[in-house]
Amino acid sequence: MDSTQNVERQSPVDIITDTVREHYLNARYGLKSWLFTVDHKRIAILYLITITLFFFVGGFFATMIRLELATPEGDVVSAETYNKLFTMHGIVMVFFFLIPSIPAVLGNFLVPIMIGARDMAFPKINLLSWYVFVVGGIISFIAIVMGGVDTGWTFYTPYSTVYSNSYVVLTGIGIFITGFSSILTGLNFIVTIHKMRAPGLTWYRLPLFIWSNYATSIIMILGTPVIAITVLLLALERGLGLGIFNPALGGDPVLFQHLFWFYSHPAVYIMILPSMGVISEVVTCFSRRRIFGYKFVAYASLGIAVIGFLVWGHHMFVSGQSAYAGMIFSFLSFVVAIPSAVKVFNWTTTMYKGSISYQTPMLYAMGFIGLFVIGGMTGLFLATLGLNVHVHDTYFVVAHFHYIMVGGAVMGYLAGMHFWWPKMTGRNYPEGWGRFSALMVFVGFNLTFFPQFLVGYLGMPRRYHVYPPEFQVLNVMSSAGASILAVGYLIPLIYLIWSLRYGTRATANPYNATGLEWQTSSPPPVENFYETPIVTEEPYQYSPIEAEKEYALRQKEEINV
Amino acid sequence: MSDTHSMVAHQFDDALQQKEASTVGMWVFLVTEIMFFGGLLLAYFIYRTSYPHEFLIASHELNVTIGTINTCVLLTSSLTMALAVHAAQMGNRKGQVILLVVTMILGATFLVVKGFEYAEKFEHHLVPGSSFHFHSEATLQNPGAPEIFFSLYFALTGLHAFHMIIGLGLMTWLLVKAKRGRFSPQYYNPVEVGGLYWHFVDIVWIFLFPLLYLIDRSMLV
Repeated sequence: MDSTQNVERQSPVDIITDTVREHYLNARYGLKSWLFTVDHKRIAILYLITITLFFFVGGFFATMIRLELATPEGDVVSAETYNKLFTMHGIVMVFFFLIPSIPAVLGNFLVPIMIGARDMAFPKINLLSWYVFVVGGIISFIAIVMGGVDTGWTFYTPYSTVYSNSYVVLTGIGIFITGFSSILTGLNFIVTIHKMRAPGLTWYRLPLFIWSNYATSIIMILGTPVIAITVLLLALERGLGLGIFNPALGGDPVLFQHLFWFYSHPAVYIMILPSMGVISEVVTCFSRRRIFGYKFVAYASLGIAVIGFLVWGHHMFVSGQSAYAGMIFSFLSFVVAIPSAVKVFNWTTTMYKGSISYQTPMLYAMGFIGLFVIGGMTGLFLATLGLNVHVHDTYFVVAHFHYIMVGGAVMGYLAGMHFWWPKMTGRNYPEGWGRFSALMVFVGFNLTFFPQFLVGYLGMPRRYHVYPPEFQVLNVMSSAGASILAVGYLIPLIYLIWSLRYGTRATANPYNATGLEWQTSSPPPVENFYETPIVTEEPYQYSPIEAEKEYALRQKEEINV
Repeated sequence: MSDTHSMVAHQFDDALQQKEASTVGMWVFLVTEIMFFGGLLLAYFIYRTSYPHEFLIASHELNVTIGTINTCVLLTSSLTMALAVHAAQMGNRKGQVILLVVTMILGATFLVVKGFEYAEKFEHHLVPGSSFHFHSEATLQNPGAPEIFFSLYFALTGLHAFHMIIGLGLMTWLLVKAKRGRFSPQYYNPVEVGGLYWHFVDIVWIFLFPLLYLIDRSMLV
């Protein structure tokens, strides 16, 4: 069906090619014009700068962890410091980088443009969400500087409420406040997607990036308040000596774990769903094919969001919850793999017989698919009750969730950052360096985390700063991989900043992609479109035959020359 | 009226889209609020199931009469709020102002009464923490349970009171706008959305009152 539908796409024009054209970046200047902006595109840039800072703070902690684990002895930091390092690595990366990463940066920038709106439904609330994020971030950062926190990012009671001698309350307040930025973003997305779509843009004509951000928003508004109240109770308990989670006072520490994971498991889907949205956009564009099974991919996002709320107990198989609860949570965790697998199959089927080109975003996207499969399949190992007892709290778990959260979410984020960088900044990134860094990230990532599956399966527990000497080879491989990975992350940081000044100017649609964001200029004007677009067709109207013809003609021309 | 047109923010096409967006926005926010209270209510149900007997005895320390009066006060404030929305719809400026003021007075009354209740708990050493003291032969089996009851009591009613304070702030803002005659039959969604929030806070109390004050009333019969 696809091959017969040779829709003649009019190539989108640069509306005004004049370089002094006014757009959202040069419309106003000065610090004030940024700090008081209500333009969703500028707020996205504010978020981008903030979370990039946090990414490298969290990355610093990771570097220290891998440095310590290069040898079996505890020779770089003390056990106490090590506890703080992995705790703060987790807190910074989860709450201050991964959760806001794609929704707050790419989502903020793209959701209104992709649906043909001038802005979010509530621009001021959008700006407020950034300020709330920054305040929460600063408070947590102060806690880090004052001496940090050592409870693990999970804050399990009663250690966190009674015994820990670190800045639990201050960090908790930071996370509590930051949660509201997430709620406000989710609220804004839901209302914007419901009420601000351009004429003709029906639900089934929405790009899949919108569907996945919509599903993410549902998790944000339903899950985040629960972690907020949990952290609030934790702080009250620690501050006033209440007994809600303290067994010595009649409370129940397992209740804390239930409440914590009720949010924190769906939070993993907050991280991965937007990445899946990016992959759907990138895979179709660089395969020049319509998405295979649009509705399946769209509903898989909602399915993951809904079922994702019912699997939290798989974190607690050895916490003393009932065996029956364990069985049900195990079953449901298997069920949530179905919509995830639907997506993976549909992306690969989309690529099948496509006209594939291996540009940087596509390399990241293909890396995502492979790593997500490994992360997802090992997730099924962990959801199996019997095997879980064996590998619980080992490096097998660490490797698994890094395959999802780094191999999945961060690869998707980088795919999206490269894909839309020309749109966001009006500059092209250097393609050669882009491909090189994608390769570095892929190789470095696998070298870092695959050995952790092995060392975990052999029995190395997580959260220890010393380990038996027989685990050293695998740990050294992991640390070596981490340094490659670090270089892989630093290269894009350098060339993307470099491209702002020296990159070639981007056209409106450098990849000849479909989607409303490519119909407006790069970077877009303040109100996104010069006139409100009218949508008359489904997304991803690509033609692999046309792409192959163009390619063949180009080849011929080159031979003639 | 050109004034009505200028009330439409730049991102919206027309007043209807703006009205629908703000209404959906408030409903989504209220869903968030339900989950927020939901976490606490879950803790309540867990411990009420674990310590039914102790919760019953501890709840006897709450003053049902005062609680009932406060419930009436709050329900009346919801009525006046609904009438204020109606007045805004009708373009009745004086009515909006009076009804908003009455709603605020009723809300403030609730908070003052709640304050006296809290003070009484302080005097009877029923505030959780180091000075907590609850002496009853009946709870000796689970000596920690009464304190958990009062922890949840203060967390739930405190969070509720905090929402009321935010509601009063919201209403002050509405009052200023209403006084200036900013609302009209064409543009009244801030009052409507503010009303939605106020009713939500009211409904939360409708749940809290029986859960905390009336635990064993059916057993008296």
